[in-house]
Amino acid sequence: MDIVVCVKQVMDADTPPSGFRIDARANDVVSTSGLPPVINGFDEQAVEAALRLKEAHGGTITVLTLGKDLALDVIRKPLSMGADELVVVWDAAFEGGDSYSTAHGLAAAIRKIGTYDLILCGRQASDGDAGQVGPGIAELLGMPCVTFAKSITATDATVRIERAIPDRYEVVEAPMPCVITVSNELGAARYPTLRGVMAARRKQPVTWNAEALGIDPSTVGAAGARTKVLRLFLPERGGECELVAGDTPEQAGKRLAMKLREAKVI
Amino acid sequence: MNDGRGVMVFGEVSESITYELLGIGRSLAAALGEPLSCVVLGSGIRDQARELIAFGADTVSVVDDPLLKDYQADAYVTVMHRLCQEQRPNILLLGQTIAGRDLAPRLAFRLHTGVATDCSELAIDPTSRLLLQTRACYGGNVRATVVCPDARPQMATVRAKTMAALARDDSRTGDVIDLDAGIDASCLRTRIVDESRETATGVRLEDARVVVAGGRGMGGADAFKQLDTLATVLKGAVGASRAACDAGYAPASAQIGLTGKVVAPTLYVAVAISGASQHMTGCSRSKVIVAINKDPAANIFKEARYGVVADYREVLPAFTEMCRELLE
Ligand SMILES: Cc1cc2nc3c(=O)[nH]c(=O)nc-3n(C[C@H](O)[C@H](O)[C@H](O)COP(=O)(O)OP(=O)(O)OC[C@H]3O[C@@H](n4cnc5c(N)ncnc54)[C@H](O)[C@@H]3O)c2cc1C
Repeated sequence: MDIVVCVKQVMDADTPPSGFRIDARANDVVSTSGLPPVINGFDEQAVEAALRLKEAHGGTITVLTLGKDLALDVIRKPLSMGADELVVVWDAAFEGGDSYSTAHGLAAAIRKIGTYDLILCGRQASDGDAGQVGPGIAELLGMPCVTFAKSITATDATVRIERAIPDRYEVVEAPMPCVITVSNELGAARYPTLRGVMAARRKQPVTWNAEALGIDPSTVGAAGARTKVLRLFLPERGGECELVAGDTPEQAGKRLAMKLREAKVI
Repeated sequence: MNDGRGVMVFGEVSESITYELLGIGRSLAAALGEPLSCVVLGSGIRDQARELIAFGADTVSVVDDPLLKDYQADAYVTVMHRLCQEQRPNILLLGQTIAGRDLAPRLAFRLHTGVATDCSELAIDPTSRLLLQTRACYGGNVRATVVCPDARPQMATVRAKTMAALARDDSRTGDVIDLDAGIDASCLRTRIVDESRETATGVRLEDARVVVAGGRGMGGADAFKQLDTLATVLKGAVGASRAACDAGYAPASAQIGLTGKVVAPTLYVAVAISGASQHMTGCSRSKVIVAINKDPAANIFKEARYGVVADYREVLPAFTEMCRELLE
């Protein structure tokens, strides 16, 4: 079973608001925290899902990423977890892309990879939070798509996906090839082993530009984007917090209840 | 393709967001001087169409077909794609629901247009007459206003409880149009092989006037039971952070936040929750937020109206008891 997993390098989602600034001219968020970038959490869990399938059925896992200024140590992490190949796609033509044009770039790379039974993506990226690339790739490649996977099992030519849907239990069967997006309910991604890290260091990523993909430059980057960001800004934060204290924590708890009563909240 | 006209709402009969979509849709339609339509897909849903008119739609298209009983992407995308090509809306609004999150990107790509997901503010730019779509990104730490300049429809999914529904007005009139789904089972490449609904007990989290939520700092599933007690006293429901759900302290259906539920109760009590932006996304519209956390530097105190800095184990029993006394 051959699997392509799409991953994105992002700013660490735990970066506090004091750890980045907005570049208003470039309409971009710039990290100032010194924290290294990470692989988007849901994407790491998509790699985990792929590894579990590989353990059960064999095959190869190709990790695909599109982005510029990538930290090699960061994007190699899936290899050190056990993935087989890493494909890095970048070209100046991809600059300024939105979900729409990025999915076009990834879909072109998947076509070039050629053989695959499954495409796995995270349910959304923790920077854009759009959740479009997985379903978009499915549309562009004419494949079915199942979103928010909690578990994936495969038999012959079909996959069974339990979806993570609040208040509901839903199991969907899909033919292969198809696209599946992975949610955190799948469980934590494994840690790389030392051996995995050493082996990953010896692997060079395959790099492709727009020409290698044979892609029409007007479909990618800013040229292919359908949406345009007018403004990025910081949200306004709430007002003052009144801290309720007491001689003991118990007393503080009682006072809190009385405060809420006075304010007619309860 | 720059020839769209009208605002279209993708309605879901079981979701209250449909009324919120009609509310904002009405005001966008008024700003443009264009009509507001609503499309509902399902099986045995025709009776509900009139109600959508009472809540603001000028026309309602009903696509009633057994194949549309459950949301299934292949069927819904096919029907909505055809409908959009026939009706050519200028704007299409969907809810950021389980169906909407899945349908919107699929449909946008098939229509070769863009979509802004999880919007919490929508307006018409008076000069360009474009839909200004404001949404959170970076887990809620950053906001972005985006437009879809050329392609149509301009598509957005809308976060629950960010838009006001109109008051029901049964004197409003409008047309209900029945449309054929025009699909057969062969369009479905995926198949739901097993499904069940959790039967909710007590107050529904999304509708509760009081929500008591616990985080990773609760330390275990047993400790979470103390929150049940408080919720019972306050006639509320219990929610949780993702970290608490991931750790198995609470069921996934209790998760509040960016990828969980959105609540806006009168009172939100956050116990041992750090207040990460992705969590606050789901509760920041609560009237009053109360935080109990042992870390005075926790972000939750930046968002809360009242707080106690202490170990919850020492505060919660006394707080619960006092609430009980006061409410007797
Ligand atoms: C893309 C993305 C989507 C996400 N979606 C969601 C979402 O929908 N919902 C969500 O909640 N999170 C979401 N998260 C995760 C989010 O970023 C946080 O990691 C999570 O909300 C943290 O949960 P927590 O506050 O319970 O845990 P922690 O951040 O670990 O906080 C625990 C808190 O408990 C306090 N504490 C510990 N012990 C005690 C005690 N005895 N008494 C009092 N206080 C104590 C600590 O001081 C701390 O503040 C998402 C993350 C990403 C990247």
